[in-house]
Amino acid sequence: MKFVDEFRAPELIAKAGEEIRKLADPDRHYRIMEVCGGHTHAIYRFGLKDLLPHNVELIHGPGCPVCVLPMGRIDDGLSLAAQPDFIFAAFGDMMRVPGTHGSPLEYKARGTDVRIVYSPADALKLARNHPEKHVMFFAIGFETTAPSTALTLMRAKAEGLNNFSVFCNHVTIIPAIRAILDSPDMRLDGFVGPGHVSTVIGCRPYDWIAKDEGKPVVVSGFEPLDILQSIVMLLRQLRNSEARVENQYKRVVPWEGNRAALRAMAEVFELRPYFEWRGLGFISQSALKIRQSYAPWDAEQRFTVPGVRVTDPKAAQCGEVLKGVLKPAQCKLFGHECTPEQPVGALMVSSEGSCAAYYNYEHRKPISIANAATH
Amino acid sequence: MATAVSNIKFREPQIEMSHGAGGKASRRLVEGLFAPLLFGSSTGPLGDAALVQINGTKIAITTDSFVVKPLRFPGGSIGELAINGTVNDLAVSGARAEAIVVTFVLEAGLPTEILEAEVRAMADAAELAGVRIAGGDTKVVEHGKADGMYVTTTGIGRLLSGVEISPQFVRPGDKVLLSGPVGDHGITILFARGDLDLEAELRSDTRSVFPLVQALVRDAGAGVRWMRDPTRGGVATSLNELARDCGLGIVLFEEEVPIRDSVRGACELLGLDPLHIANEGQFLAVVSSESAESALQALRQVPGGAEAKMIGEVREQPAGAVLVTTLYGGSRLVDMLVGDPLPRIC
Amino acid sequence: MCLAIPGRVVAIDSQDTHLATVDVVGVRRKVDLGLLQDAPPVPGDWVLIHVGFAMSKISEADAAEQMETLTMLGEAAAALEEVRGYGLENEVPDYSTRRWKQ
Repeated sequence: MKFVDEFRAPELIAKAGEEIRKLADPDRHYRIMEVCGGHTHAIYRFGLKDLLPHNVELIHGPGCPVCVLPMGRIDDGLSLAAQPDFIFAAFGDMMRVPGTHGSPLEYKARGTDVRIVYSPADALKLARNHPEKHVMFFAIGFETTAPSTALTLMRAKAEGLNNFSVFCNHVTIIPAIRAILDSPDMRLDGFVGPGHVSTVIGCRPYDWIAKDEGKPVVVSGFEPLDILQSIVMLLRQLRNSEARVENQYKRVVPWEGNRAALRAMAEVFELRPYFEWRGLGFISQSALKIRQSYAPWDAEQRFTVPGVRVTDPKAAQCGEVLKGVLKPAQCKLFGHECTPEQPVGALMVSSEGSCAAYYNYEHRKPISIANAATH
Repeated sequence: MATAVSNIKFREPQIEMSHGAGGKASRRLVEGLFAPLLFGSSTGPLGDAALVQINGTKIAITTDSFVVKPLRFPGGSIGELAINGTVNDLAVSGARAEAIVVTFVLEAGLPTEILEAEVRAMADAAELAGVRIAGGDTKVVEHGKADGMYVTTTGIGRLLSGVEISPQFVRPGDKVLLSGPVGDHGITILFARGDLDLEAELRSDTRSVFPLVQALVRDAGAGVRWMRDPTRGGVATSLNELARDCGLGIVLFEEEVPIRDSVRGACELLGLDPLHIANEGQFLAVVSSESAESALQALRQVPGGAEAKMIGEVREQPAGAVLVTTLYGGSRLVDMLVGDPLPRIC
Repeated sequence: MCLAIPGRVVAIDSQDTHLATVDVVGVRRKVDLGLLQDAPPVPGDWVLIHVGFAMSKISEADAAEQMETLTMLGEAAAALEEVRGYGLENEVPDYSTRRWKQ
């Protein structure tokens, strides 16, 4: 696969690993946060931690849109789906996320019309093909995905398609990073920046992290070489006591972002004054809602939504794991009451949530196999 | 009776879709409810077929239900799956399928031409596989049930001589062989459902693997420790079951797992792991390290076996688990599938 | 939020010109080009696909440059060491950091 396989070349990965070992000061312990859940998943899938020296630690950030979605929002969405002639459409990522009365897949087994879609455009197509039903697209995702939802809503409006709506749970990444940095118990040296979010918002939004907080940010791609190269670039900056924003993912990320995507988002969305993030609490100006001009296609304006608030069990330490303060295995419920099959908290619910990723890919790995590079 | 009841470990209040998906939930149901009540105290590890002794002859018997949607797809249909699936379950238990009986559960309103097409497909598949369809049963249920048709096949076969397979015989150092590329069937079905609007030149790999198994057994004999056909849940689920049953670890070499470009592309696009995708025309075998190279060559000589590869080996660690390693030294565990593989966008 | 895959634009749809057939090693799908309307891709271009929308054009030149940089990892440092031996530190550009400056 072009633009994929080259960035998985074993010899180059070995070189990058070697460079990381040379650059890492043995007297320092580096704590680097990868913000995006997609990076968390890639790190585990490619076994990249095995290639890092012990003193370079990767902390998993809050960029998992499924993980940070409060259970009450799922309950709200599914309660709308209980109406007759209603189709609940969502990405596969949502299908096993538990609401209070079950996950979308469990609702499907009980007779609700729940459909998995790969694209919001497919949800719109469902609406075109089923004029007798109402199709509601349960939208999740950061700025990577929001423009696609926005364009879909623009197309629905242009077509005058009345049997389509969106239940919008899009969130924005910068406030989440701010919440991490504002956390008193957080100590981080730098960030692996979210490469695909940055194809939309560009690299400028991270300037304050370098200038005001003094932490380097390297916007990174998702192949093994991308992530390793980004760590090399971060270590170089740290060695030289620099704090800049760099773009490692140049082949795809434009420094100024995608104007057309940002225009579509501005046309359709506005910022909610505040939004609850599971594990992080209420964060202001951190989520998108559909504008008045698109009210007929906003499920929350068109239908009555219960507005359920569900609090997480106190024993679940998702917030601390989300902020990188605790490691998944340090949460008391990890692996016992809380497993990917029976998730209690947010981070076990999505395959890119730090707890689920760690559980599935790593935690039973014998130490002799992990960190083989340093033995 | 009282003793049997106290062995029931299955505590879930109702049956969910995941209990039929072939992964962890299915295993909980079988081990926790069916086994204690039905299989008695002498249950060993659960294989694809059961062995029964009748007057000194070892007979293998197996049964399987097919509830696939859509009924027809590139490369096959429910009819072929029903025959090949049972032939293969017998084959990987080391038996040649001799006879199959078929049960149809048909939905009222099913067009006869659809049923006829499936029955023809079954007749053709049985002839190709060299197995006799000995009889069957038919039931019709109301419109709205049975998704058109459900098919169950039950097959019996005679054990090939020289075959003694069990997870107990697996040893560290044994090699893991795979007959051909992963994921063709599962991705074909996913595309055929039409929800994802994806197209590719892909066909289900449904076929009888008996000729391949026969060649393997002829060549390696007692060197064959264990076999399985990796259907629902894919290669990862089958090998995790083995790892659990024998208490050893299985290490897979990612680059050695054969996979077609388009299956790989589909998995990358949808965020799926090819090791979790169903196959209907492949089998896994664990063979002794001395017999591995020769066994692989024997497989490759059989029509349809050209893509057979050695994909891994058995080790002490990680005990009870399956580890996938890459050329550049990274590794990850791969577990049994929990439900059906779901596409993701994150 | 992050699963995006490179694909090659095969053909623009004749009826809906904002749609294109994109190929990923033999898997094809109609992809919406609306987010790239300021500089629409043409058949033969490579784009990054996320949830059925093209997010960005992939630059072959940048990819090639990155490959070159990665190939030279370690070699740049070795070259510098050799040059240092000649006592020319102040006159030699720092190759190891040059490529990453914006």
